[in-house]
Formats: sequence, structure tokens, C-alpha cells
Amino acid sequence: MIGEMIGELFSDYTLRTVTLGSATLGAVSGAVGTFAVLRRQSLLGDAISHSALPGIALAFLLTGSKATLTLVLGAAISGWLGTLFALAVVRRTRVSEDSALGIVLSVFFGFGLVLLTLVQRLPTASQAGLEKFLFGQAATLVTRDVVVIAALGAVAVLAIVVFWKEFKLVSFDPEFGGSLGFPMARIEMLLTAFLVIAIVIGLQAVGVVLMSAMVVAPAAAARQWTDNLRNVVVLAAVMGGLAGVTGTLISASTTKLPTGPTIVLSATALVVLSLAFAPNRGLLWAALRRRRNRRRIRAEAVLLDLYALSRQHTDPLYAHPEGSLEAMGQDRDVPWSLEVLADLGLVAQRGPAEWALTPDGTLHAEELLGLRASRSLAEA
Amino acid sequence: MTSSLQASAVSELKALEVFDLTVAYRDKPVLWDIDLSVPHGVLMAIVGPNGAGKSTLIKAILGLVPAAAGEVRILGKEATKQRRLVAYVPQRGSVDWDFPTSVLDVVMMGLYGRLGWIRRPGAKERQLAMEALDKVAMTDYAQRQISQLSGGQQQRVFLARALVQDSQVFFMDEPFQGVDATTERAIVDVLRALRAEGRTVIAVHHALQTVPEYFDWVTILNVRRMSSGPVEEAFTEQHLRDAYGGQVPFVSAAERAAGSQPPVR
Amino acid sequence: MSLDLEIQLIAVLVAASCALCGSFLILRRMALMSDAISHAILLGIVLAFFVTHDTASPWLLIAAAATGVLTVVLVEALHRTGRVKEDAAIGLVFPALFSIAVVLITRYAGSVHLDTDAVLLGELAFAPFRRLELWGMDLGPKTMWVMGAVLLLNVSFVTVFFKELKLATFDAGLAAALGFSPALLHYAFMALVSVTAVGAFDAVGSILVVALMVAPPAAAYLLTDRLPVLVVLATALGALSAILGYQLAKSTDTSIAGSMASCAGLIFLLAFLLAPDRGIVAQARRRRRQKMEFSQAMLAIHLLQHEGTPEMTRECRPEHLTEHLRWLPQWASRVARQAEREGLITRVGELLELTSDGRDLARRAMVQ
Repeated sequence: MIGEMIGELFSDYTLRTVTLGSATLGAVSGAVGTFAVLRRQSLLGDAISHSALPGIALAFLLTGSKATLTLVLGAAISGWLGTLFALAVVRRTRVSEDSALGIVLSVFFGFGLVLLTLVQRLPTASQAGLEKFLFGQAATLVTRDVVVIAALGAVAVLAIVVFWKEFKLVSFDPEFGGSLGFPMARIEMLLTAFLVIAIVIGLQAVGVVLMSAMVVAPAAAARQWTDNLRNVVVLAAVMGGLAGVTGTLISASTTKLPTGPTIVLSATALVVLSLAFAPNRGLLWAALRRRRNRRRIRAEAVLLDLYALSRQHTDPLYAHPEGSLEAMGQDRDVPWSLEVLADLGLVAQRGPAEWALTPDGTLHAEELLGLRASRSLAEA
Repeated sequence: MTSSLQASAVSELKALEVFDLTVAYRDKPVLWDIDLSVPHGVLMAIVGPNGAGKSTLIKAILGLVPAAAGEVRILGKEATKQRRLVAYVPQRGSVDWDFPTSVLDVVMMGLYGRLGWIRRPGAKERQLAMEALDKVAMTDYAQRQISQLSGGQQQRVFLARALVQDSQVFFMDEPFQGVDATTERAIVDVLRALRAEGRTVIAVHHALQTVPEYFDWVTILNVRRMSSGPVEEAFTEQHLRDAYGGQVPFVSAAERAAGSQPPVR
Repeated sequence: MSLDLEIQLIAVLVAASCALCGSFLILRRMALMSDAISHAILLGIVLAFFVTHDTASPWLLIAAAATGVLTVVLVEALHRTGRVKEDAAIGLVFPALFSIAVVLITRYAGSVHLDTDAVLLGELAFAPFRRLELWGMDLGPKTMWVMGAVLLLNVSFVTVFFKELKLATFDAGLAAALGFSPALLHYAFMALVSVTAVGAFDAVGSILVVALMVAPPAAAYLLTDRLPVLVVLATALGALSAILGYQLAKSTDTSIAGSMASCAGLIFLLAFLLAPDRGIVAQARRRRRQKMEFSQAMLAIHLLQHEGTPEMTRECRPEHLTEHLRWLPQWASRVARQAEREGLITRVGELLELTSDGRDLARRAMVQ
């Protein structure tokens, strides 16, 4: 099916337009979203996207036009107003940031729904199709929409390139930036403005309900693969674009599958893969490392037990029954540990379930006990 | 009297002068009417109990928090016009050390002010940053991701970021907070080297017992300025009691140290 | 009971339940957890529906509440890995769960009345048509009974555990030291939020649950300092939003849920602007008054600090105030005049001098 789709991608004009549009919006929200995630403003995106809804409805009610640019402009203005209101509430009262964001996203959205019901009663309602802004319908993207998405997205990306240094500073250490004389409050505002842009251009395809995930997920996935900010931003853009394309293609190939959730699930899949398998930060590797460590510690404990037994005997290389080792410590998986130690040449089997230290094993045990200069088991 | 005061002001350049500085947070005063005059080329500790406004004083001097009233001059000119001559070391805990960036990158941030808007750091800036890292013995860590550093190493990176600014007056917010003994030694060495070059360091400091050893000038603060001056004059038990409200940690030790041993020059 | 009255009663029950648990949510800075939970519960509802094929089954409620708690657990687990920050963890978990639910609904349940509109808007207007009948008697709308039970649960939980909730909210460490288990209470509370969200979800949809859980308590938080008052006030404001919202929706023929959220927002906006002590208007008025009082105190302290010092002749002139306190000349002379009128200072030639009252004021201001 996918192969068929890719074939169509190159022949079908509509599909190509739609794919191009969702790739662009995914890339832009991934890149801009990286800064939001690093600044711990992941949920600001949620507030912005929800508070864009009344702007879309009002723009249509006031102008009667459903031209992309008009609706996007309405969305941007009300998204920006929502952000400013949340900031004012946080700055001027004791209401905390999470509450302020929660109020803005739900109340603006609720007001947007009221306006949408008004729109639906208009005689022109049947063609308004503003409902697509709720869960997104990438299939409705036409060339004109893609031009708007690409133009606004290009502005946002260009801004990141131009103000790279300043955006890095505001994300890492705004106070230090202030001490250098940069107007950090204004730079923050600029960055937030581009976050608003990145979100509103995605609303038609992804929808207000889920667009915030496109701000968070690509950045969270990309962060796992690299420790370099530039690489994180680029990779987040790539992953956002990939999620956009995948989601769109799957949604377009199936009837009755809204694009927003499909794109979000594609992005989530990337997050899950990254969290599990990314080198260094991948949870799978961390779990393996932990397990290796635990095994090593267990094996070392068994080695030390055997050493303690051997000290009680005149012959240090005397063989001891496995049972005594089992009795000395629980939860050590003694037979398995002994095999590991045997492979390392630290112990040797002398009879059925009878084990003795090798001279190397004695040395190593003494090192572990700090009786000799240390050398780790891994090296041995 | 007035004329002699003016004469001394002309003859001696002041690293920092603060007049009547008052800072309020949500209508509540945090700093009341602070006056300070710090000669150039000293190491000054700002001490005081928790909530005394020590960090706020530094931030207000740097213009990071708005002042309700007052004036700040650095090396004779209004502080906001002297940013190139000032370096700031914020508290280590104020940033996210899991941020995706390298040690070298963080140090180069110290040069952003000099670069101005939009221009990016290049080979020359890398060179300067490496030299600054060398001064804190951290060149081996230049390419490390900052999350892999210990507390002491983080502090040294912050110090290097200030050193690379090549400033005259350094403001440090608790540079010794939670660092290992080696780092503490290294920071003290850097501070003394700065003083030897005629620069000024003003640091928020917590451990009263090390004030006489590390610093030669001190300001005792608790919302108001309790005292300010050379350690042997200003770092007295009475002033500390004024600031800490009678329960002074280490006061006897500090007194003994201040009394018996002249500040290290 | 008329249809109108029944709908309003249900709306009030929903709003009151939400406000009750919302009060503790906002104080614990977990307001956005309500957003996460109210979205994620949809997955529980959908999955339980696939198993039972009955939208009225109590299993829907149970599964939904379980998904709510699962969301909290997932967010915390993700955060604990140290790979993502907490806000990002929330922003990753609930859109994913919600997306799965929406995909399942649109793909496999399109024909039944679980549809995406209901998810966002709720079905308050239809609630009175589903009646609870026992032994042939009409006992009223089913939703009313469900929400009544949810409210009762909320009231009991908050009343019984009030002390513990208060302690866990303001000082989790102390709560643990005193032998309460903050973790157990935390999950019990999150289960309560989930159950409430499920009940409310049916009526107002997933996003507007957030409005009812956050906006009324946040408004109440601007109006009082006392926790019991806050909880009661939040409940009252929630109920008010519900009734106003319904009336507004009826008269304009618009979305009931949207209109209720708008009213809750409006009430918060009014509190934000007009709250007697913490509102913007009161703040501005107080600031104007305090600026004068503050300036008086600053003037007094300034004079006191330089009293009898060699710099006195320089520091204690009115011109100096404009220069060093950064006051405009007009303001400086207004402050000085006012201080003179209040007997805080006297003029001695060019110099300003403190009276004993002025000295008292300065000393008092400094020990603050």
C-alpha cells in the first residue's frame, strides 16, 4: 500500500500538494518547538493552538472569507492574545502558570465553539468547513494554502537562523544574557511570536486540539539523539516533517481517518523509538547497562564470598561447595555468577558443584577489597 | 569635610558605587536605601542571612531586576553604559544543565555581548574560550556535553564564561556553593589572579568563616546595609549580630580569624 | 421537572464537582493534569465500549477513570526517566492517548453516538432524554443521578480528607513526616479527578472540563486567602458559570458547553480585574497610594541614614532627591510637601530634617 502511495505521490498533484504542506508545517513546528520544549514551555503550545479557534471563527464571521491567509491571521491574533493574557495573569497575580494556561486554552476554545455554532447557522455555513480546524483535514490543503504555510514557515526558520545566538541565550541562561545587555524580554517575545506562527500554519492540517503535540513530540524525540542544539533543531525539523508526511499519507489513503490524530501518532511513534533506541540516552541501553552492572556486582560478591571461604582454609586454592556460597548471600544467582567468573578465569570448577579460586581470582578479590591497587573486573 | 571627600573621589577610581538603591518586589521592599562604595581592585564578599537580598542586590546592580529608586555607577559611569566592563556569574542552579550544548559553547556565550546582534562566534572566539577554560583547568572538557559535569566543574565552566569576557568588575552569585575542595581552591586562585591584575570581584558568599581568608572587603546585608568596608573594619561581631539577629553561625571563629589574621593580600 | 431545569441542574452538578477537585488541582500546580486526564479518558471510554457495546455500561466509567490514573502514572514515569521534562511529558502522553481514541472512534464506532462532536461538545442538551427508570417509575435523567453521585463522592472525599489534602497541598514533606502517605493520597485524588472528569466529559466534552476545573477555583483564589472559603466559593462560581452559560446559550442558540466555559472565563476575567485586594484595578490603586507611602518612608530612611554624617549637607537637599532617588523634581517636591504636612520632616533653610515622628517612621520601615 505504501509503495503504491509513494508512486501516487509523484503522479498525483493533489496528494503532492497535501504532502508538501504537511511536511513543511511539521518541519517548522519541529524546529520552533525545540526552543519551547527547552524553555519548559511545552504546554504553552497547547494554550496557543486552542486559543486560535475563536480567531478563526471571528475572521470568517467578520470577513466572510475563508481564504487561508485571513483565517491564519485571525488564528495568530487570538493565539497571541491568549498568550499575552496568560502571561499577564502569571505576572500580575498569584495564579500559577499551569492554571493560567489551563484557563486560556479551555475558555478561548469554549468561546471558539460558541462562535462556530454561530457560523454553522449562517446561510453560507455549508461551505465554510471550519470544523476541519478542530481535528485537521490535510486533504483540504490546496496550493494556495501550501504557499501560505511555506512563506510563513520560511520566515520562522529564517528568524531562527538569524537570531540563533540570541535564541540560544534566551533558552539557556536569560539572566546572563541580560547582563550582557541583550533585551531578553523582547527576544522572548520574538521567540513566542514565532511559536504562534509555527502553530497557526499547522491548524488546518492537524487541528487546534492536537497541534500542540507537533510542537513537543519532534523536539522531545530529536533531543534523545544528540547533545548539540543545532543538531536537535535540524533533527526535530526532519522528524516533524516525517511525521507530517507519514500521517498525511496514512490518513489520505484511508477513509474517515482525521489527519491530526494520525500525524500525532506518527510523531509519538518517533518519540517512542527515540526514547528506546537512541544511542547514549536510549532507555533500552540504559536498562542493559544497569543489568550488566547488577550482574557484575553479583559476580563480584560471589567472588568475594569464595575469597572469604578460602581465607578460612590453609590452601587458598581449596575447592568449596556451591551450597556454602548459596548460603552466604541470597539473590545472587550463584551458579550463573560462577560461570561468568569461570569464563574470566577467576574461579575453576574442581568437582560437581565444587569451586575454587584461581590465583588470578585471589588477586582480583584482594584488589576489590582494596588490599592491592585496583583494577576493575571489566578489564580482567 | 565635603572637599576632602570630593578629592578622594577624584583620586581613587571606584569599581562600584551604589546610591540609595531600593528594590521592591510586589510592593514589599527587598532592599532598602543601599549605599555602597567599593574601590577598584578588591575582592568583596556580600554576606547576610537567607532572604537578605544578596542576589537581588547583584541583579539590581546589573539591571536584571528593576530598582524602585537609586543609582548605580560602575567605574565612574552609569552601570548600564558599562556592560562591556562587567561580567556576571549567576547561581549554578539557575540553568538547566541538561541543555543540549557543550562546555566550549557555554564559555563562548561570554563573548556574545562583544559580538553584538546576529554575528556568530568564529575561530578567534573559540581560541579565547579555550584560553579561559585553561585558566580553570577545564580544557580537557571543552567538547563535553554540560550534563556530564560535576557540580564543581559546572561552576568552573561558569567562571570561564565570565573570564572570557575580560571584564574589569566581576559579579558572582555564590561561586562556592556546593563545589568540591579542589574547585574551591581553583576558584580562590582565579579570584586572586584577578585581583593581582587590578580587577574587582564582588561575590555573594555564604560561609562566614572563610570571609577573612578569601576576601579583603566585605558588605554585610540584611535588607539594609549593615556595614561595608575592609574586612578588618566591617566584619565585626556586632555588625554580624545586627544582620543575623543575634544567632550568628561561626561568629566567634570569624571574629577570631578577623582579629588575629590580617586578610590575605 | 421541566427540561430546562433538568439541564441546569445537571450543569450545576457538573460544575460543582469540577470546582471541588479543581481547587486542589490549581493549588498543587497541577491544573494542566486536568487537561491531560480529560483527554485521555476518552480512550478508556472507547475501549470499554468496544468490549461491552453499550454506551450506558458502568464499565465505561470505570475504564475511563482507570485511564485517567494511567495517564498520571505514565506522565510521572516518563518524567522520571530523566529524558524529558515534566511539561513535555504531559504534552506527549495525552495527545497520543487522545489520538488513539479519536482514530478508534472514527474508524470503528462512527455509527453509534460516540462521535468526535460529542467528544468536544458533550451532550448536555440530550441528557434529559436518557431517563432512569426503576419499577416503571421515571426517576429523572440518568446523567443527573450519575453526576449527583460524583458530586457526593467529591464532597465526601474533600470533607473526610480535608486536613490531609491541605497538608499535602502546602507541605508534602511535613505530611509524609506526620505519617500521611502523600503518594497514596495523590493517586486517590487523581482517581477522583478522573472520575469527575468522566462524569463531566459526558456533559460538556473533554476540553471544557478543563475550564470548569480551573477557571472557577482560580477566580476564587484571587478572592480569598482561606482554603475552606476558596473551595466553597469556587463551587459557587462554578455553579454560577453553569447557569449563566446555559441561559446565554439558550438565548443565542449556541453551544451550551462553550457558553459555560466562556462564562467561567468571564468570571475569572472579572476577578482578575476587580478582585478587591488582588485585582488589577485594586493593585493599581494600591500602588498609587503605596508609592506615596513608600516614597515617604524612603525619604525618611534616606534622611535618617545621613543624619549627622559629613555628607548631610549634600544628601539632605530636595535637589539631591531628584538626583539620587531618581525622582522627577515634581514628585520629589510633592513627597517633601506631603511629608512636611504630615509632620515627618521640617525644613531648616535649604535642608530637610526629620522630626521625631519621621525618625520613628524610618526605623519602623527598616525593620519590616
